[in-house]
Amino acid sequence: MTSRTLSVSLALALLAAVTSAASAQTLNVVTTTEDLGAIAREVGGDKVAVTALAKGYQDPHFVDPKPSFILAVSRADLLIVVGRELEIGWLPPLLTSGRNNKVQQGSNGYLDASLNVRILDIPAGQITRAMGDVHPLGNPHYWLEPGNGRKIAQAVKDKLTELSPANGAYFAQRYGDFDTRLAAAEKRWDATMAPYKGTKIVTYHRSWPNFMERFGLNVMGYVEPKPGIPPSPSHTLELIQDMKAQGVKIVVVEPYFDLKTPQSIATQVGGTVVVMAPSVGGAKEAGDYIKLFDYDVTLLAAALKTATGK
Amino acid sequence: MRVFRITCAAMTFAALLVVPRSAAAQSAAPAEALQQQIELLRKELGDRIAALEAQLAALKAAPPPEAAPAQPPPEPTPLPSGGAANSKVFNPDMAVVGNFLGFGGRNVVNPSPALEMAESEASFQAVVDPYARGDFFLSFGEQGVNLEEGFLTFSELPGKFQVKVGKMRAAFGKVNGMHTHALSWADRPLVTENLLGGEDGISDAGVSVARLIPAGTLFLEATGQVFRGDSGDNLFRSSTRADLSYVGHLRAYHDLTESTNLDLGGSVSRGHNPAGLVDGVDVGRFSTTLYGVDATVHWRPLTRAIYHQFVGRTELVWSRRDQFDGEQKSLGYYVSGDYQFARRWFAGGRYDHSDRADMASTVDSGGSAILTYRPSEFSQVRGQYRHIHFGDAPAANEVIFQLQFSIGAHGAHVF
Repeated sequence: MTSRTLSVSLALALLAAVTSAASAQTLNVVTTTEDLGAIAREVGGDKVAVTALAKGYQDPHFVDPKPSFILAVSRADLLIVVGRELEIGWLPPLLTSGRNNKVQQGSNGYLDASLNVRILDIPAGQITRAMGDVHPLGNPHYWLEPGNGRKIAQAVKDKLTELSPANGAYFAQRYGDFDTRLAAAEKRWDATMAPYKGTKIVTYHRSWPNFMERFGLNVMGYVEPKPGIPPSPSHTLELIQDMKAQGVKIVVVEPYFDLKTPQSIATQVGGTVVVMAPSVGGAKEAGDYIKLFDYDVTLLAAALKTATGK
Repeated sequence: MRVFRITCAAMTFAALLVVPRSAAAQSAAPAEALQQQIELLRKELGDRIAALEAQLAALKAAPPPEAAPAQPPPEPTPLPSGGAANSKVFNPDMAVVGNFLGFGGRNVVNPSPALEMAESEASFQAVVDPYARGDFFLSFGEQGVNLEEGFLTFSELPGKFQVKVGKMRAAFGKVNGMHTHALSWADRPLVTENLLGGEDGISDAGVSVARLIPAGTLFLEATGQVFRGDSGDNLFRSSTRADLSYVGHLRAYHDLTESTNLDLGGSVSRGHNPAGLVDGVDVGRFSTTLYGVDATVHWRPLTRAIYHQFVGRTELVWSRRDQFDGEQKSLGYYVSGDYQFARRWFAGGRYDHSDRADMASTVDSGGSAILTYRPSEFSQVRGQYRHIHFGDAPAANEVIFQLQFSIGAHGAHVF
């Protein structure tokens, strides 16, 4: 009887130790962008070590597949990608050279964050490169909508729980906390942007369809004549005429584009260039996912207030 | 409720109509009072019926009730990131890169035609199964087809090994492994021509094994390759199955800052050369050994990555070639710099110096100035002025025009 009790005690102690070890295990999470990294930190807390490859202030379409990224991918337990071919120019060689079967496409450690979110600009019909550098699977800048951010967080929570079931309750609690804070922030942002619904603006690249739709702004034109194609004089003149005719005063630009043409356009129409952060880390103040919207909404609302007088 | 009231009133009225008839026989005096009540009730009932008819007419004339709030449009069904769900989904990624060249000026040693479609490279790339991927690069010239590369890559082996099997460009230095369209110039450096076997460099059928070596934040990769032993016009030649050639390469990479990185490499290669061939028989059994070092510094400011970058590179190759007249010890190198000064514009220069492999006393040197314009990611126009001082022939002064364009799948950016 005594030996049986001892055996049971030892088994329980071993089980507890194993469970404890599993709980204490930190997952190496690699994300292709800082937005996904920020969301992974929100949900994963101290149970994950997150490495984001592309910085928030660089163009995520043009990232060098540096060998240092190969090292990060080779050590990852989970790889979270934006998908929709945003990373097509730089992620495939990292996956091949990373030699990590845990994070190959289709493996448990590979999460395409775009699969359960609202995607805009999915092309209909035949597409060619005459249309510019179009994304055949839809606009990949979908994280710039808080509702999509919530869905990404949910997918991350589910994936982390799958990889580390012992920490499932922890991830669920952190997701719930993020969800609550995001919902409260959304009310704040909606209230700030409410007076400007329907206002027309211009953006440099097609980075903002989800953001602008969320806050009821109308993008009437782009500084780029076609996605990925630099501004041309004829298109710029045409855009200036359209902006003057429609009274458009705001030009939104990502931090990695040259400001010369946008500023020239703004001067011609008597408007303003607003350099918004398209990603977490795109500005010093945009340090996490909620702060990203805090920063952008505050900046854009101030510009809209000046432009519209509301 | 109103209908109920009307029904009650009608029944009461009917009852009243019946009751007076029997009551009239009993008394004539109250008859008048009853008659008055009946008249009052008849009037009240008439008023109510009129009111109900008015309400009914109003209801008929009113617009239909408002439609139920429209349901929000269904969200777009997310597409699988793997592509369309049809039979083509398993087709390999296909692309073709065209390389059109035009030459002006004089070059008596290597006179290229004035205009030529020098290469059309077709690529087919796909995952084979859960264990490997396949890559094919077919190079179509104006005269024929060449398998530039065709190999299987096993990248999910234990111990961070990666194995390639097939025909491939060898991991000797930097430029040897690059396809023509990925170069910063319209030609290849003199050291490639003189010491590494010519245009294609060391490229052969064989097996490559590479391993990541743990070194903290330093990227360290060691590669060992075994080939059949046939590379270039005058570099390696196998006469028997035992005449294999070998390549070893060690690469170290480190990010100096987030914008600047340093890439260093050391290479060695050995194989039988064709110097001992007499009437097709390798009587000399001579071999060539190559040693190489390469260094690349890359600067690309992240906030302006699409406008500015600089790549500085050098490669040095030492050749030890046995032949009938003894060992030839040759050295060749190049130094190059390429700067992107606007979103679509690149300018660069390259200095070349190389002994000949089979006659080390003959030295060629030269320099190039290059200007490249890229309308988009998928096309570029390049002009290159090239001067070569040959050790045994008149100098060449040429202007090279290059037009490159790609169609098909979006390939990965070259790093």
